[in-house]
Amino acid sequence: MKIGLDVGSTTLKCVVLDDENKIVYKSYKRHFAQITESTVALLRTLITEVPGARDAVLSISGSAGMGMAEACDIGFVQEVYATRLAVKRLIPETDVVIELGGEDAKILYLDGTMEVRMNGSCAGGTGAFIDQMATLLAITPDDLNDLSHGCEKIYTIASRCGVFAKSDIQPLINQGAKKEDIAASIFYAVVNQTIAGLAQGRPIEGKVVYLGGPLTFMDGLRDAFDKSLGLTGICPDNSLYFVAMGAAFGADLGSEQATLVEAVERIAGYRTEGRYLSCPPLFNSQAEYDEFEARHAVDKVEYADPEKYSGSAYIGIDAGSTTVKVVAMSEDGDILCSLYRPNNGNPVPIIREFLLDFYAKYPSIKIAGSAVTGYGEEIVKNAFAVDGGIVETMAHFFAAKKFMPAVDFIIDIGGQDIKCFKIRNGAIDNIFLNEACSSGCGSFLQTFAGALGVDIAEFAKEGLFAKAPVDLGSRCTVFMNSSVKQAQKDGATVDNISAGLSISVVKNALYKVIRASGPDDLGEHVVVQGGTFLNNAVLRAFEKEIGRNVVRPNIAGLMGAYGAAIYAKDTSNGASTLLDADKLANFKHDVKVTTCGLCENHCRLTVNTFDGGRKFIGGNRCERPTARGGAVEYHDLYEYKLSLLGSYTAKPEKPRARIGLPMGLNMYEMLPFWHAFFTRLGFEVVTSPRSDRKLYLRGQQTIPSDTVCFPAKLLHGHIEALIDDGVDAIFYPCMTYNFNEKLGDNHYNCPVVAYYPEVIGANVPRLRGGVKFIQDYIGVHRPKDFAVKIYDILSKYFDGLDKKEVKAACDAAYAERDAFLMRVREKGEEFIKLARDKNMPIIVLSGRPYHVDPEINHGIDRLICECGAVVVTEDAVSHHVEKFKVHVLNQWTYHSRLYAAAKYIGDKPDMNLVQLVSFGCGVDAITTDEVRSILEGAGKIYTQIKIDEITNLGAVKIRLRSLFAACEAKEREARA
Amino acid sequence: MDRVEFTKEMRKDYTILVPNMLSNHFKLLIKVFANAGYNVELLKNEGRSVVECGLKYVHNDTCYPALLVIGQMIDALQSGKYDLHKVALIITQTGGGCRASNYIHLLRKALKKAGLEYIPVISLNLSGLEKNSGFSLTLGLIRRLIAAMAYGDLLMLLANQVRPYETNKGAADALVDKWADTLVAEFDNGKGFAKSVMRSYMERITADFAAVPLDRTRKCVKVGIVGEIYVKFSSLANNHLEEFLASEGCEVNVPGLMSFILFKVDNRMEDIKLYGGSKAKFAVCKALFDYLSGIEEIMIETVRAKSSFNPPTAYSHLRELIYGIEGYGCKMGEGWLLTAEMLELIEGGYGNIVCAQPFGCLPNHIVGKGMIRRLRELHPESNIVPIDYDPGATRVNQENRIKLMLSVAREKMVSDDTAGTQRAKKDDKEPALV
Repeated sequence: MKIGLDVGSTTLKCVVLDDENKIVYKSYKRHFAQITESTVALLRTLITEVPGARDAVLSISGSAGMGMAEACDIGFVQEVYATRLAVKRLIPETDVVIELGGEDAKILYLDGTMEVRMNGSCAGGTGAFIDQMATLLAITPDDLNDLSHGCEKIYTIASRCGVFAKSDIQPLINQGAKKEDIAASIFYAVVNQTIAGLAQGRPIEGKVVYLGGPLTFMDGLRDAFDKSLGLTGICPDNSLYFVAMGAAFGADLGSEQATLVEAVERIAGYRTEGRYLSCPPLFNSQAEYDEFEARHAVDKVEYADPEKYSGSAYIGIDAGSTTVKVVAMSEDGDILCSLYRPNNGNPVPIIREFLLDFYAKYPSIKIAGSAVTGYGEEIVKNAFAVDGGIVETMAHFFAAKKFMPAVDFIIDIGGQDIKCFKIRNGAIDNIFLNEACSSGCGSFLQTFAGALGVDIAEFAKEGLFAKAPVDLGSRCTVFMNSSVKQAQKDGATVDNISAGLSISVVKNALYKVIRASGPDDLGEHVVVQGGTFLNNAVLRAFEKEIGRNVVRPNIAGLMGAYGAAIYAKDTSNGASTLLDADKLANFKHDVKVTTCGLCENHCRLTVNTFDGGRKFIGGNRCERPTARGGAVEYHDLYEYKLSLLGSYTAKPEKPRARIGLPMGLNMYEMLPFWHAFFTRLGFEVVTSPRSDRKLYLRGQQTIPSDTVCFPAKLLHGHIEALIDDGVDAIFYPCMTYNFNEKLGDNHYNCPVVAYYPEVIGANVPRLRGGVKFIQDYIGVHRPKDFAVKIYDILSKYFDGLDKKEVKAACDAAYAERDAFLMRVREKGEEFIKLARDKNMPIIVLSGRPYHVDPEINHGIDRLICECGAVVVTEDAVSHHVEKFKVHVLNQWTYHSRLYAAAKYIGDKPDMNLVQLVSFGCGVDAITTDEVRSILEGAGKIYTQIKIDEITNLGAVKIRLRSLFAACEAKEREARA
Repeated sequence: MDRVEFTKEMRKDYTILVPNMLSNHFKLLIKVFANAGYNVELLKNEGRSVVECGLKYVHNDTCYPALLVIGQMIDALQSGKYDLHKVALIITQTGGGCRASNYIHLLRKALKKAGLEYIPVISLNLSGLEKNSGFSLTLGLIRRLIAAMAYGDLLMLLANQVRPYETNKGAADALVDKWADTLVAEFDNGKGFAKSVMRSYMERITADFAAVPLDRTRKCVKVGIVGEIYVKFSSLANNHLEEFLASEGCEVNVPGLMSFILFKVDNRMEDIKLYGGSKAKFAVCKALFDYLSGIEEIMIETVRAKSSFNPPTAYSHLRELIYGIEGYGCKMGEGWLLTAEMLELIEGGYGNIVCAQPFGCLPNHIVGKGMIRRLRELHPESNIVPIDYDPGATRVNQENRIKLMLSVAREKMVSDDTAGTQRAKKDDKEPALV
């Protein structure tokens, strides 16, 4: 008889096997982080309930069991290895095992070369991810599974990590997409994550076995895997216990052979308290806490009794990502009544109910104005005919001024977003929003409380007097799961974890979002708000971390709504368009999902129709489906560049061969050069098609590094497309160096751009099937040498080239590149002049040449145009600047242009710079700080937008609107 | 912000703080600087406060090595141990196309953020990127640094092959200490740098290690470590990876610094070959390359002649190994060398490999993770695990993944053994057939 125990991140699984390896006992339980206690309890049960178990050898597996096994000298079998042992014995004909756990995801390839893949530092695509998504939809994971069966459409949800997925799902919820569809889409996101992140190019074929909790309990998830993989996998009996069984099978492998009785004794004596890294406690005494409470009690807005009030009132609505907040404010700024509630995915009925109730209870109050802010601004505005909309950042500023007129820093931590802004001279001077990676915040605390089996309010309270809060550092909160896991392993108790999480939320905000180095970076007068600060532990942690007392208004969670109400009052003309009681009584809201056919994007639209013909369309990437009347003409240099690149189609009549160029990364800039070069030599140049989701998925299987930037990942699809096209050769050379534009100290490409051809060559198996793949190292920075070298290189692949001919082609290539740059610059000049004539703001949207790809920039260029600005590119202005001193090593050609562009706009009042940064771009960790400091040195606002696979433009919109609002405020001030 | 120069005056009484990467190598390197008239001190501070300092003063998306190196320096400066007006910092700058060349600027930005911008920072580079009147890399100094580095490599190589098998625990480390001390004393006397002297020292060192009593019956999993140079070598960065592997009963093989330096010099020649360039520059690089190769040769010959240990792999062989797999132009970061080292390890019987990389390391997307698929195709027996290191990556996750790699390695070791025994049995029978 032997015993296997699998200590997972959230559950304990145990099996007892008899001498024939038959299961005689099994158990599956959540351990709520009480690992030691739960284990001991479970093992004691075994001793009493299973005859003969007491002297059986116990073997442990599972990531959370490693430390325990080591400390107690109990045999340990690594969990993937355990799975493999069990599968080999029980289902020997298995080719591939897919095992999802609470926080782990694994693929085991058993046929051919044995390989195991586990998720690394990313918790995406696991049970925790599914739980988080269920929480977001306010349903249980089981409901999620049930709902998924009724789906009609699958939405694209970024699958890399929970945070990304959240920011994709939230707009879907807000736009009224069906929950059934969202549920199924979540499962498909998990599948994508597994295939892209783990399989990394190795196909999943043959007999596939599904193991682990999520795949056992959710047939919807299994369906999604089956459909995506095009096969029918099996979920065997005891699919939850394979690791535990593997541990039992492996019991005789190790040197430690502890029997159950011995093991229980040792584990019971296993104490780990105090071994993890800890921070000082939040409060040392009750007295300290009392002082703290008293100090914060005075920062408040008065509540007036609405029964006794008559006169005008102003309604402010904050339709946030997870909650909806409404405030009715009196003429004096008192709150008459308010609402703060989770939006359950749809804010509309909640607001309707509030308004109906308000009209019914207080007939003597007249609503004289209304305004809405937040993620759901558009839908709410259309649903209720709200007077005005205001960008969230401004709403919060208006509210904060009420509490602290001299406020110079506001930090708002909500359910999903961190928003911070610096105020200088009464205007918003700088805005920090959490980028996709470091969000999490409030809803994270909530999910975590849930995972530990504690109510959120209770969870937060537990942390207040924790003696040794866990030091979890500052990092993306999704990744923090594993830090917590480690702390649990080291014996941290729930109170210390709670306090530690509160502290880490604060550190995250300070060091990842604001990137502050000290309290002076923030300001002297700090107002904190947002639902997360209602949590006293977070507030205290914040004050301790910055070493300064701050103001937390008593309506910390209502500030957005309150600010909207103030705005409503300030802009009121005495009457409101808001739906009255009669209209609300007949209120109707229908949601239809449809695919837009107005352009090749084929956006999935959610069409919300309200009574009286009011309508809101969500999900669109451009204004075509919503535009009324004639199309507006935009001045967008991104679009111009794209169409210019599309014009390189000329080909010789009888081409000597067809050469394919993958349109990604630096090819976006090199196309004119290579097109002229090869056409002159008599080749037909074939470019890969425009990027889209499909093209990306086509190449996804061959991406070896899941953390490389999205533009690089896209390249795999382009290569596949060229192979499908049947070109004779694919030309994608390695280029350590770029052209020397004399703006920097050197003229490198970044390592990814420089050497991605090596990755393609090593990872795309189809390249070995006949097509020539030309990935040689070339240097265009030395034109004379280039002509000689390229002749040698091409002669390896093609016969009959002539040196002179090649030289002439080189000249043509350099000339065409110059001509291309010139055209871009001239068009840029034209747009700038036009903007100045029409008094339009100019945005220099700065990135890399490949950010012109709409699949990469997600139409941000257009979005800026929709805000009424003219968009030009960094390379349209960078040539105006001479080389100047920067505080970094200025050694990459593309990045030198960024610095130059930033420098150029410094003294141009009508120009602002927005920097596009691809997620995962290491070089931009250096450039962003430098561009910021160049801009801020010239008194400009710096705006950075991080882009990845995500297609959600909501957050981007806030960013841009805030920028324009801040610019307007600056302008107003300059005029005054 | 103008750069604060390290002046001749400063050279007299300033202490130059040096970040740590490889304790034994650096112990010797430090000595060389000290003997050249610089007051140098190797930083030894570790732990969470270093990481916290890095997070606080360096852009969090920057590579982990930058964060640690800068964190270590600022943490030291803020410790109160130093007169802040009598201290300088030194950091390397390769001039390559990866972010590492920017560390010095990130350090200056960090100093400014910490209100310490008056502290001079010396760039240690061979590209003429930044100059300081009080600090110069003379040819003599370079020669001595190379010697120190070569000794460091040799000690590391030998100790790694002795440690897991030594009958008396601690014997290898004792020898490392003994020799490091001996060499330091010799350096004080200005000795130990000439090639002929190096040969004799290396022979004595090798002989010493060869004399350590070993228990060869111990079965150790042979594991190789490659990776981004700082994370590969620095225990601060890789969570004491070598110690962990040792505790798991492994023999560790960490390819040394010499090939990296040769690689960096070779890159300059390769650039000229690939893209054209100055012949004079080529000749200078060639001379340096030949000098380094000469020392490398001494090491290889010595180990081969004086012991049964595995000698270091010759750089020229690494070049052969990578041919047809990656281009010689792939030079940023560790470039093709990282992949070549994996091939070297596989060839040498260290096919269980930890590829240590900072999270999001750009060159490693290409030469690390990007090449594993290819290596597995070529060498199905290889067992490579890429491990990401960053401020938040937890040890439990990293160790768990390494343990998996080790489980597979052990299984293979057992099956190889069985196969070996069977083969041996077959061999027994063969004479009978003849």
